[in-house]
Amino acid sequence: MKIAVCLKRVPDTTTKIVIGADGKTIDEAGIKFVPNPYDEYAVEAALGLKEKAGTGETTVVSLGGDSAQETIRTALAMGIDRGLHLKGDGSADGLEVAKVIAAELKTGGFDLILFGKMAVDDYNHQVGVMVGELLEVPCISAVSALAIEGGVVTAEREIEGGVEVVTCRLPAVITTDKGLNTPRLPSLKGIMAAKKKPLDVRPVAPGAGTLAVAGLSLPPDRQPGRIVGEGPDAAVALVQLLRNEAKVI
Amino acid sequence: MSTGIAAPQFTGVDFYQLDTLLSEEERAVRDTVRAWVDDNLIPIIGDAYVEGKFPKDLIPGLAELGVLGANLPEQYGCAGLGNVAYGLIMQELERGDSGIRSFASVQGALVMYPIYAFGSEEQRKHWLPRLAAGQDIGCFGLTEPDYGSNPGGMITTAKETKDGWVLNGTKMWITNGSQATVAVVWAKTGAIDDQKSIRGFIVPTSTKGFTGKDQKGKLSLRASDTSELHLEDVHLPKDAILPKSGGLKSPLMCLTQARYGISWGALGAAMACYDEAVRYAKTRVMFGKPIGATQIQQVRLAEMLTEITKAQLLVLQLGRMKDAGTMTPQHVSLAKRNNVNIACDIAREARRLLGANGILAEYHSMRHMANLESVYTYEGTHDMHSLILGQEITGLAAF
Repeated sequence: MKIAVCLKRVPDTTTKIVIGADGKTIDEAGIKFVPNPYDEYAVEAALGLKEKAGTGETTVVSLGGDSAQETIRTALAMGIDRGLHLKGDGSADGLEVAKVIAAELKTGGFDLILFGKMAVDDYNHQVGVMVGELLEVPCISAVSALAIEGGVVTAEREIEGGVEVVTCRLPAVITTDKGLNTPRLPSLKGIMAAKKKPLDVRPVAPGAGTLAVAGLSLPPDRQPGRIVGEGPDAAVALVQLLRNEAKVI
Repeated sequence: MSTGIAAPQFTGVDFYQLDTLLSEEERAVRDTVRAWVDDNLIPIIGDAYVEGKFPKDLIPGLAELGVLGANLPEQYGCAGLGNVAYGLIMQELERGDSGIRSFASVQGALVMYPIYAFGSEEQRKHWLPRLAAGQDIGCFGLTEPDYGSNPGGMITTAKETKDGWVLNGTKMWITNGSQATVAVVWAKTGAIDDQKSIRGFIVPTSTKGFTGKDQKGKLSLRASDTSELHLEDVHLPKDAILPKSGGLKSPLMCLTQARYGISWGALGAAMACYDEAVRYAKTRVMFGKPIGATQIQQVRLAEMLTEITKAQLLVLQLGRMKDAGTMTPQHVSLAKRNNVNIACDIAREARRLLGANGILAEYHSMRHMANLESVYTYEGTHDMHSLILGQEITGLAAF
């Protein structure tokens, strides 16, 4: 099986975000960038599938500037065979990013393309499913369990009140959700081996598309809580406040 | 590697942007070991320390990670890392616990290194991959009950026989001793006062006459095995000797390797205590405000950050010198002496900042404080390193 995994470089979720001077982007100074955690489930899934089959080739793909190569190398250190750096700026329009990725992967002969279901910076949940559509292959999103046997994919998705089981045939696109697996740590030998693995670089230029960020702001400060009473009397006081102040009942 | 959706984890201390002086690989190595320690060591270390048990279930994980003998060549199954990367590994392990870092120091610098440096090609090929993989556990038998700071005075003997050697003696304060499958033992092959006759021997611990027994009653390094070794007419074949070893210089070269790692390790312990102190100071409220808003605690924290930053720059340059081949044992003495000393102070001050909570094992500072007393004393006591530096400075030996 030939598997591609798409990996995005994002700010660490514990970062304290500072809005940039233009009011539309974040100030990147001092930010620690990491591989998108949802994409790590995809990397682990690719490694697991190859190990189970005993054969196959895995490729990690990342779109971005030079720093994307560092993100690619973390996946190579985990055990992915080769890297593909799509060198260019990202776009606020997920469709433009998806178009570029689909165009670059179309001729790669991939049986399976994996994405994390969403990136933790923009939460758009878009690019993976859009690539599936553009490549005209089946796509199953937010997968929390995955099995592939004889060219057939059986995937589970967590839905409100239960689990949905979906099947399709390869080639396919899958986007991964938390709970699918526990991403492995690279070994130190893996880190050393990463720089020796093949890394192709292709220049790309996603268009600006039809979306633009109008503005970016921090959420309002959380108001301190208020203790409304103690013991059973608190329930009465709470109901009154919910009715008269918060006006939600 | 990030586990970005999980709970807040240790993010290091880097006030002077030293990350910019590290290569991408060095940062990746550090971050990987950091994540491994958070996932595997931190959750169990408090209990392991209180119980006085070395968490040996972690050995396969450590071996798989590749931290054992990490700066030795790939051809022997090792990671082949540079010395700064090796130092960062020790820093992150000891950020977890000094006992675990001691395990890795012994295995890598005191067992694998002498086999690599003084062993025959057969010995290297046989032992190094097994030790790197954690299939064999090693220990370093130099110190004796009456010969610590003065290892040259040792009275363990190795007498040549027609088939090989017979060793007799006692070693003490030997990390990993009771669980080791192989011991690198230093013994005098000549007259009892002839330091030049000291040679190294590879002793499988299953050899008749060899026993390793844990020392009891430790109040420090409790999550580590510290043992006595007894060698009673231990017969070894001719090829048990480390052929290129000779004189006190050989074990001292091993100690220089270990001390280098310890300089980084102590810094890790200091960072752990500082990090704990900062988090606590910001959240512990007394008299209506966080204690971190008081002048006394701010002075404590400022002192800690200052010493950590200095210590970081010290070991980073030490590592670059080691990579360049210009590092001397005296350079290492300065770093070990300084970094362990400031770590002891930082651990103590962090413990004090934590107040009553600071005496509990669920907090880290007091465990580090207790451990660091051993680190202050072993691998060359603080005072011995003062004298090594004194001799280097003046040319006059005050030993």
